[in-house]
Amino acid sequence: MAMSDAEVFEKVQETLVEALGVDDDEVTPEATLTGDLGAESIDFLDIVFRLEKAFDIKIPRGELFPENILNNPEFAQDGKLTDKGLAELKQRMPHADFSDFEQDPDINKMGELFKVQTIVNYIKTKLAA
Amino acid sequence: MRWIWIDRFTAFEPGKRAEAVKNVSLAEEHVHDHWEAYPVHPAALMIEGMAQTAGILVGQARGFKEKVILAKISRATFEDVVTPGDQVTFQAQIETISDAAAATSGTVLRNGDLIGRVDLMFSHIDQNLGGVKFPEENFVFTGQFERLIAPFVENADA
Repeated sequence: MAMSDAEVFEKVQETLVEALGVDDDEVTPEATLTGDLGAESIDFLDIVFRLEKAFDIKIPRGELFPENILNNPEFAQDGKLTDKGLAELKQRMPHADFSDFEQDPDINKMGELFKVQTIVNYIKTKLAA
Repeated sequence: MRWIWIDRFTAFEPGKRAEAVKNVSLAEEHVHDHWEAYPVHPAALMIEGMAQTAGILVGQARGFKEKVILAKISRATFEDVVTPGDQVTFQAQIETISDAAAATSGTVLRNGDLIGRVDLMFSHIDQNLGGVKFPEENFVFTGQFERLIAPFVENADA
């Protein structure tokens, strides 16, 4: 039976509470992983491992959290994503909401794309596949 | 000499689980100041003991090709202390292992009784997301570590 949106959110919330040692009321859909929840790079791997277990899915490397964008000069220049980089990232992250970020694609603000809701959207696509 | 906080492996199932013991002795200087009136084996060194038990398990699972570095202490809880004369047992198992990292869970026993849990994450640092380069030589797994599992693993270099 398909999981409801609320069930997916609840499980994602539980996963983030365990992985990041935060309180469940901090894990709101709009909370950013690095800014609001204090996630560091190893935590992203931890989150992927835990999501795989919690939802019994496989998350290929780079699918939820894209890699090799910032170190490619075609995609990132002078601290901002190029049009090409932005297009690439959008294509790789259909689960993220770009409405704020694309106004000013400053690479320091890229973390804002990784919200709790981004994970929930991703999981929903995975479960529907 | 290396910083080794386990004495011997007592079980080793490649890619799955490992168990190691550490005998705490009053002849070890670190307990003299921790503390003089009441020597206790520090919890931080029990985390290190688990990191070595689990880290060798993770390293062996990839044929010691990866540089396995402790990256995160996901959990470390101890309900009692360990004092000289006690034997500590570290039981570690691999929960997940990928090209980039591994997660392990573990229990700590004192003279056979459960007193703690330590869950860890290790990074395979050559596979790091930032593309940072490290020396080619595997500075993590040197002879002394590998010899510890020699009785259990045929291809361990003794």
